Amino acid sequence: MSVRTLPLLFLNLGGEMLYILDQRLRAQNIPGDKARRDEWTELDRKRVLNDIISTMFNRKFMEELFKPQELYSKKALRTIYERLAHASIMKLNQASMDKLYDLMTMAFKYQVLLCPRPKDVLLVTFNHLDTIKGFIRDSPTILQQVDETFRQLIEIYGGLSAGEFQLIRQTLLIFFQDLHIRVSMFLKDKVQNNNGRFVLPVSGPVPWGTELPGLIRMFNNNGEEVKRIEFKHGGNYVRAPKEGSFELYGDRVLKLGTNMYSVNRPVETHMSGSSKNLASWTQESIAPNPLAKEELNFLARLMGGMEIKKPSGPEPGFRLNLFTSDEEEEQAALTRPEELSYEVINIQATQDQQRRDELARIMGEFEITEQPSLSTSKGDDLLAMMDEL
Amino acid sequence: MVAADLEGPYELAVRRADLGLRVHWCVLPFRVLLVLTSHRGIQMYESDGSTMVYWHALDSGDATPVQAVFARGIAASGHFICVGTWSGRVLVFDIPAKGPNIVLSEELAGHQTPITDIATESAQGQDCVADMVTADDSGLLCVWRSGPEFTLLTRIPGFGVPCPSVQLWQGIIAAGYGNGQVHLYEATTGNLHVQINAHARAISALDLAPEAGKLLSAAEDSFVHIWKLSRSPESSYIEAAPLL
Repeated sequence: MSVRTLPLLFLNLGGEMLYILDQRLRAQNIPGDKARRDEWTELDRKRVLNDIISTMFNRKFMEELFKPQELYSKKALRTIYERLAHASIMKLNQASMDKLYDLMTMAFKYQVLLCPRPKDVLLVTFNHLDTIKGFIRDSPTILQQVDETFRQLIEIYGGLSAGEFQLIRQTLLIFFQDLHIRVSMFLKDKVQNNNGRFVLPVSGPVPWGTELPGLIRMFNNNGEEVKRIEFKHGGNYVRAPKEGSFELYGDRVLKLGTNMYSVNRPVETHMSGSSKNLASWTQESIAPNPLAKEELNFLARLMGGMEIKKPSGPEPGFRLNLFTSDEEEEQAALTRPEELSYEVINIQATQDQQRRDELARIMGEFEITEQPSLSTSKGDDLLAMMDEL
Repeated sequence: MVAADLEGPYELAVRRADLGLRVHWCVLPFRVLLVLTSHRGIQMYESDGSTMVYWHALDSGDATPVQAVFARGIAASGHFICVGTWSGRVLVFDIPAKGPNIVLSEELAGHQTPITDIATESAQGQDCVADMVTADDSGLLCVWRSGPEFTLLTRIPGFGVPCPSVQLWQGIIAAGYGNGQVHLYEATTGNLHVQINAHARAISALDLAPEAGKLLSAAEDSFVHIWKLSRSPESSYIEAAPLL
C-alpha cells in the first residue's frame, strides 16, 4: 500500500464535503432581512465555509496529515469529517452526517475510477483546491493556508513516477471497495447503474501520453517500419487535446473534481438495493479491528492539530438538514440498514486551545457518567473510555 | 482456480485488503507449489494448499519511510522459483524434488524500481537461450538465462510508463504497458519488432496460449483483445494480427 495516499484522500473528500455543504446552505438560503433567528443567510453560509476551510488547512493539521502513513478505515476517517463539519456554528444530525459522508465517498470514488491516468488524481485534487480558493476569495489569511498546502502537494507529488501513482490509485480503490451506494444524480446522468456500479465510458479523449488504439506497426532489425495493420477497437476515442496543468494556477483540462452540484439539483442517496454486497460489508464492520488502537491514536493526533474556534457568546447552533424536510431526515435515520451504519461515537470535545495537543487531555473532556473500570494498559484506557460514552 | 485472501502465517485471520497480493501455481519438474506474495513476505504451499512448506519474510531494511514493501511477480524456471520485490531485486529459490528444504540461492540485481511481473519459458534444450524476463514499474525489462547462476542477457529500457505484465513465448517477449500499448521484442536481441496501440487505458494483464500462439490483453478500458503471434516466413521477424 502506498503511504502517501492520505493527503489526497483527505483533501478530495474534504472538497466534496464543502461542495455539498455549500449547495445545501444555498438551497436553504433566506435573504438577510427576511430571515428569522434560526434561518440561514448568505453571511452565515460564508462564515460556515470559512470556518471549516480554515480548520481543514490549519498548518499543524496539515503537518500531521502529510506524514507518510497507511490509510485508516472509513469509520475512522468519518470521525474526522464529523468534527470538521462541526467546526463552525453549523450542526448536523446523525442521519444528515451519514448522508453527507456517503455522498462524499461515492463522488470521490467515481473521480478516482474515471481518472484517465493514475497521475490525474492530482489534477482532481487541484480542481477541488481551486474551487475551495474560490469559496474563500475574500479571506487572504485562509487563502494563504490553502496555497501553502497546494505548494506542498506540488513538491511531494510533482516528482512521483507513473508506477508510484499507480500504487496510490490502487490504494485508493481498495479503500472504496464494496461501496455501492446509489446516488440519484449519478443514476440520472447514467454514470452509475442500478446496482451501484459506475459506468466506464468507452469514448472521449484518451489519456495524455496514450495513443489512439487501432494500429499495429511492425519493424525490422534496424527499427524501420515494414508493415502496418489497422483494426477496429470497439471504443470511440479521440486524441487528448492537451495536458492539464500541475502548477499553482492553470487550466486543469480534466473536469473530474470540479463542483458538480448546482442550487437546483437536489441529491439523494438510495439505501435499498445497496444490500446486494452486504456480506462483505458486514464482515468489515463487525469483525473486531486489531488496528483500532492505532486508529484512535492517529485520530487523536490529527484532531489535536485541529484548531476549533470557541464560539463566543450564547450562539444558537444552526442545524443543517441534508434532506428536504425534517421528517425525511428522521425517516432516514430510522430506516438506515444496520449494516451500513458507521457506529460513530460522538466526541463532544470542548475547544480549549491550550490543551489541544495532548491525547489524554482531549479524551478527558468527554463526559464520563460513571467510573471507568480498571484496565490493563494505556492503550486499553482509551478504548475503555470510548466504550463508556 | 485459486482465490486468495490475506492471512499471515502465524496470525489470526485478519481481513485486510492487500496490495501486491499475487498467487501462482509453480510447475516444477517433480512437484507443483502454490506461491503467494504479499507485503509481509512469500508463502509456498503444497499444491493442494494443505501444508505451508516455506515462509520468507521480506527484508524491509533499506526501505525509506515512504516506500511500500511487498513482493510481486512469481514464476517457475526449471527447479527454481523466482519472486520479485519492491526494491527491484528478484529472489531465486532453489526447490528440492520434495520436502521443505527450500533455499534462497540468489538475489538478482538488474532493476531499481519495484518488480511488476516475471515470465519464464523452458529453454527447450538450446544453449544461450533467454528463458526468463522480469519487468518493473519504470517499464524496464531484463532478459535472463537461468542456471545454477542466472545471467543477465539483455536490458530493454522503459519509456516512462510501468510494464504491469510480461509474457515469453518461443523467444518472443510480449510486454503490456501503462499507456495501453503491447510491444513484442526479440528476446535474443532485445529489438522491438511489433508495437500495438491496443488499449485506451493501462494494460492490467497479458496471457498466452502457447499451443495456439495467441496472446490475450486485458486493460482498464474494459476491453479484452486477442492477438495471433507468428513469424514472417521470409524474414522470420515477429508479426501480430488482431483476432478479437
